[in-house]
Amino acid sequence: MTQKIVVEDVYKIFGPRPDQAKQLIEQGLSKDEIFAQTSATVGVQRASFGIEEGEIFVVMGLSGSGKSTMVRMLNRLIDPTYGAVKIDGNDITKMSTEDLIQLRRRDMSMVFQSFALMPHQTVIENAGFGLELAGVDKAERDQRALAALEQVGLKANANSYPSELSGGMKQRVGLARALAVDPTILLMDEAFSALDPLIRTQMQDELIQLQKEHARTVVFISHDLDEAMRIGDRIAIMEQGMVVQIGTPDEIVTNPANDYVRSFFHGVDVTKVFTGGDLARKDFVSVIDDANADPGSVREQLQRNGHDSAVLIDGSGNVTGVMTEKSLAAANSLNDAFIKDIEPAGADMSLSEVLSRVAHAGAPVPVVDDNGQYLGSVSQTHLLKTLDRTG
Amino acid sequence: MADPENYQFLNIDLGQYVEDLVDWIQTNLGGLLDAISAAIEFVVANLEGFMLWVHPLVMAAAIIILGFLRVGWGFGIFCIVAMILFFEMTLWPETMSTVAIVLSASFVALLIGGPLGIAMARSDKVEALVRPILDFMQTMPPFVYLIPAAIFFGLGKVPGTIATVVFAMPPAVRLTNLGIRQVHEENIEAGLAFGCTPRQLLTKVQLPLAMPTIMQGVNQTIMLSLSMVVIASMIGAGGLGNVVLTGIQRLNVGLGFEGGLGVVLIAILLDRVTQTFGQSGASGSPLYKYLKAMWWTRSDKDTATSG
Ligand SMILES: Nc1ncnc2c1ncn2[C@@H]1O[C@H](COP(=O)(O)OP(=O)(O)OP(=O)(O)O)[C@@H](O)[C@H]1O
Ligand SMILES: [Mg+2]
Repeated sequence: MTQKIVVEDVYKIFGPRPDQAKQLIEQGLSKDEIFAQTSATVGVQRASFGIEEGEIFVVMGLSGSGKSTMVRMLNRLIDPTYGAVKIDGNDITKMSTEDLIQLRRRDMSMVFQSFALMPHQTVIENAGFGLELAGVDKAERDQRALAALEQVGLKANANSYPSELSGGMKQRVGLARALAVDPTILLMDEAFSALDPLIRTQMQDELIQLQKEHARTVVFISHDLDEAMRIGDRIAIMEQGMVVQIGTPDEIVTNPANDYVRSFFHGVDVTKVFTGGDLARKDFVSVIDDANADPGSVREQLQRNGHDSAVLIDGSGNVTGVMTEKSLAAANSLNDAFIKDIEPAGADMSLSEVLSRVAHAGAPVPVVDDNGQYLGSVSQTHLLKTLDRTG
Repeated sequence: MADPENYQFLNIDLGQYVEDLVDWIQTNLGGLLDAISAAIEFVVANLEGFMLWVHPLVMAAAIIILGFLRVGWGFGIFCIVAMILFFEMTLWPETMSTVAIVLSASFVALLIGGPLGIAMARSDKVEALVRPILDFMQTMPPFVYLIPAAIFFGLGKVPGTIATVVFAMPPAVRLTNLGIRQVHEENIEAGLAFGCTPRQLLTKVQLPLAMPTIMQGVNQTIMLSLSMVVIASMIGAGGLGNVVLTGIQRLNVGLGFEGGLGVVLIAILLDRVTQTFGQSGASGSPLYKYLKAMWWTRSDKDTATSG
C-alpha cells in the first residue's frame, strides 16, 4: 500500500495575524481562548496523517471541528496557512495555479452536501461538466457522462433538468459528475447528509459497490457515526481542528483516545461494528492438521496447551470439524468426536449474525475467510467479554 | 427683506464651473463625442431602418408568434389585439421607431452595464466606487439627463438614445453584480474543484447561474428605456413620445391617448416576453416546451441512427 495523500503539520487559521495564533496554539491555548485574544479562528491545527491508496478514509467530528476545512485543503479550495499537502508525493501547496488546475481536472473530483449541480444544464451536461472544462469534445464527453450515469443508475434521466429530480437522484448526478472524469481521488463533504435515511443507506451501499469495482482513494466527511462505521476503512476523528485519533472502526470503538471520542461511540450498536473477522482468535483453540491422529493424543495436547477445544483443518487450510475435550473423551476417532451442526462463520458476517451461531453451538465457532481458510474461533465467553467491554 | 446673495461668502459659482467643464470637453474631446455619436447613430439608424423595411404584417405576425411560443395562449391573443390596435391607430412607423430606440439604447446599456456589473462583482473596491454613482444616477430626475445629452450631441435620435442609455443602465449594472454575488458558494466550489480557470468560472458557472437575476436587470433596463424614450421626445427622439408630446401641446386628448396607449402596449409586450428569458432550465410556454421536446427526440434519433 502506498500513501496517496500525505498531510504534514497542516494549519489553517482564518483571520488576521496567523503567526500569533500559531504561537498560542503551541502554548496549548484552546480555540476559544485564541479567538478571544487574536480574533483569529483556528480551522485546522497540527494535522499530520497519510491516506492510503484505494481506501475510504472517513473524517468525523462535531460541527465546527474543521472537517470541511480539512477536505478543502486537499484540493486547495482552501490554502493551508502552514504545512504541506502531498498528493502522489507532490506538495500541492507549492504548485502553480496552472498545475493545480490540471491536477483538479485529472486526479480529483468532489461531491457536495447540497449537490451543487448547474440548474441550467441537463443531467448529462452536468455529469460531463468536468470533461467540458478539460476541453473534451462533445461526442466523447456525452459518451463518458452517459457511462457514469449508467454506473449510478440514472441513464434514463439523461435529458432531464436537475429541478425535475429528487434529492437522491440529484446526488447520483453529483456522483456521476465526479466519476465521469475518472479521478483517482474522490472528496466527499457530507455527500449523503441531505438525503433521507433509506436513500442514504442505498447510496452508501452503492459507494461500497463502486469501490469494489474500482478502488479509488475516497475522503469522506461525515458527522454520522453509523455512516462512518459502514463505509470507512479508517476513520479520523477531529476535535477543535485537531485530529485526535485515526484508526479502523473497531480500533476506535475498542480503544477511544479520549472522552470526546468515547462520547461519539456512546450508545453505538457494536453488533453492527464488529465482524466475524474482528472477533476470531486462535489463542484458546488447538489447531490439528492430522486427520488420523488418535483422540487421546489430541486430548493430551489440549491439556498441555490449556485449551478445551480443537479445530481440525485439512491440507489446504479448510476447516473439517470442531472437537471439544468432552467429545474427544468418548470418541474412537477424530471423525466421531466432531460436534454436530457447527457452521463456520464468515469473516465479514456482522457480530449479530455470529452471535446467534455462537449461542446455539456447543463449542467455539470457527471463522473462515472468503476462500474457506481458517482464521480463528469465537467462543461464548470471548463474545460476552467483547460485548461487555464496548457496551 | 433678506437678500440671499448676502450669504454667499465663498464665491463658489457652481454653474460657471460646469459651463467651463462643458466648454473644455467640447474643445478637447470633440473627437470622442463624434465617435460616440457615430456609433449610436449607426446602431439606431440600422435597427430602425430594418424594422421599417420589414412588411408591417410580417412583423406583426412575428410578434404574435413570439407571444404564443414564449408566453402562452392568452398572451398570444393579447398580441393579436395589440397589433390590430396599432394598425387602427395608424401609428406603425412611430411604434417601430420607438421600439428601435428602446432596443438600441438597451443594447448599448447592457453592453456597458454588463461588464461593469461583472467588474463590481469581482472586486469589492470597484463595487464601493460604482455603487454611490449608481445611487446618484437613479435619484436624478429623468429630465436632467436631457440637458447634457442635448448640449453635447444636439437634438434628434442620437442624444435621445444617449440620454436613454445613461438613464436605463443602473439596473443592468446592479443586478449583474447582485446575481453574480448571489451564486451559491458550493456551486463556485464545484466549478473550482473540477478545474475551472477564472474565465471558465465566470462563463460556465457564475454568469449562467446569475442569469435569472441578470435577466431581471435586462427587463428593468428595457422598461426604463421605454419610459425615457417618451421623455426624450422633448429633444427630438421622435416616435410615440412625439405623438404624446404633440397631443399635449395641441391639447388634443385623442392623439395623446393613442400615443399613450401605444407606449403601454409596447411596455406590456416587451415586459412579458423578456421575463420569460429569465427562468433557468426549461423556460417558455407549454407549446414552446412541446416543440423543443419534439426537437430533442428527433435529434436523439438522428444521433442514435448515425452512431
Ligand atoms: N471562511 C472562513 N472564515 C472564518 N472562519 C471560518 C471560515 N471557514 C470556516 N471557519 C471556521 O473554521 C472552523 C471549522 O469550520 P468547518 O467548516 O471546517 O467545520 P466543519 O467540521 O465542516 O463543520 P460542519 O459539520 O458544521 O460542516 C469553524 O470554527 C468555522 O467557524
Ligand atoms: Mg462542513
